[in-house]
Amino acid sequence: MPAAVDLDRILEDLDATDTLEGIQAVIVSMRDLFGIDHMVYHWVDSAGEQYGCGTYSDEWRDHYIAQNYIRADPVIIGCFQRFHPVDWKRLDWSGKLARQFLADALASGVGNQGYSIPIRGPNGQFALFTANHTCDDAAWADFIDSHSRDLILIAHYFNRKALEFEPERKGEQSRALSPREVDAMTLLAMGYSRAQVADTLAISEHTLRVYIESARFKLGAQNTTHAVARALSRGLIVV
Amino acid sequence: MLRYIYSDTLYLYPKLAASMFRDRADQFRERLGWEVSVDDKGEERDQYDALNPLYVIWENADGSHGGSMRFLPTTGRVMVNEIFGHLTGGGPITSPLIWECTRFCLSRGAGSKVAAALMLAGGEIMTGFGIRHFVGVFDARMQRIYRVIGSSPDLLGTEGTGRDRISVGLWEFTEEAKRKIGLRAGISPQLSRLWFDRAFGGAHMPEVAMSA
Repeated sequence: MPAAVDLDRILEDLDATDTLEGIQAVIVSMRDLFGIDHMVYHWVDSAGEQYGCGTYSDEWRDHYIAQNYIRADPVIIGCFQRFHPVDWKRLDWSGKLARQFLADALASGVGNQGYSIPIRGPNGQFALFTANHTCDDAAWADFIDSHSRDLILIAHYFNRKALEFEPERKGEQSRALSPREVDAMTLLAMGYSRAQVADTLAISEHTLRVYIESARFKLGAQNTTHAVARALSRGLIVV
Repeated sequence: MLRYIYSDTLYLYPKLAASMFRDRADQFRERLGWEVSVDDKGEERDQYDALNPLYVIWENADGSHGGSMRFLPTTGRVMVNEIFGHLTGGGPITSPLIWECTRFCLSRGAGSKVAAALMLAGGEIMTGFGIRHFVGVFDARMQRIYRVIGSSPDLLGTEGTGRDRISVGLWEFTEEAKRKIGLRAGISPQLSRLWFDRAFGGAHMPEVAMSA
């Protein structure tokens, strides 16, 4: 289990970087923190242009591009136009091309287990974030069970950062906190318990959890404590 | 049975899809009197159907639609933020762990069992995809049905009165709630899981992967 404090430090680095090299450095430390073989962010735009960062070997990346594997990769095929995360075991690897692709990938140091998160950005933008490892099915199931939500959030944080590099970006979702989210974060920052916050705002604890979840995502944080700290340091709430 | 179908593969189920959109017209225009757009085939669609949402559909034995609902992640364009933003705390609710659930629809004659089956599917999605909350838009009649099946949403906000009443609410599923809803739907956890796995692929990979 990665320490929350380390994870949040890496997310801060991600937020602060404004170069492609910076994102690459962040994904390497993220991979190391989770203790898995690979972590990869892969962007495909509507024109078929690809961009990515991650820890697969240069040889595999070059081979992938040279072979035009984007047309055969079951992960791309299975995730394109989708928005649910996918364990690679659930994909269709039965075709001849898919089997050849898999054998090639394994020979190039790609692990046998994968968990990929498709991301739909604005204007048809599509990206994939993948955690990859070499282990047995039971160990991988445990890993996914423990980390799927962390990985889903991290995937979207990477995409949000990648979108910043788009020259003509538009149509992104607002990251401003809503009035209710500001209320919730402010009271939490004042040391109120969740029950006290819900009571003060006259909402249910379930509703409060949704406001906190949404605020956490907008703030790019990993948990509530870090979300509160960021809202404070960015001056979004005043205590 | 329960089907999980993205919009771009609905064409594989022409009877199911057509009867779903017709039942939606029947529920939202005929019964509720909402100003929804219905085409010359009598099918109701809105702008969010064009965003390749995920539908969960109860398929009757004859292949027709018994009930359905529609999911989209709140990281993209969604009805709760674009149309009902004033009911959700003054701004958009946004997280990949929160999906929107809209157009909850039951065909005429479908009872609370079908509604319960759809709720059960919601539970499968939460468990299977790591989703924490659903934020949904629903009408007064659905609210009564949710109460009957013991899965009432937490209300965020409501507007309108009588049959024009529209609410935005939240669902979450504990394992205990899922079990109860399964009993209400008359569907075993194993069967429910089987339908989910059939839609999203079971756990299988070629030998080369297993031995790697």
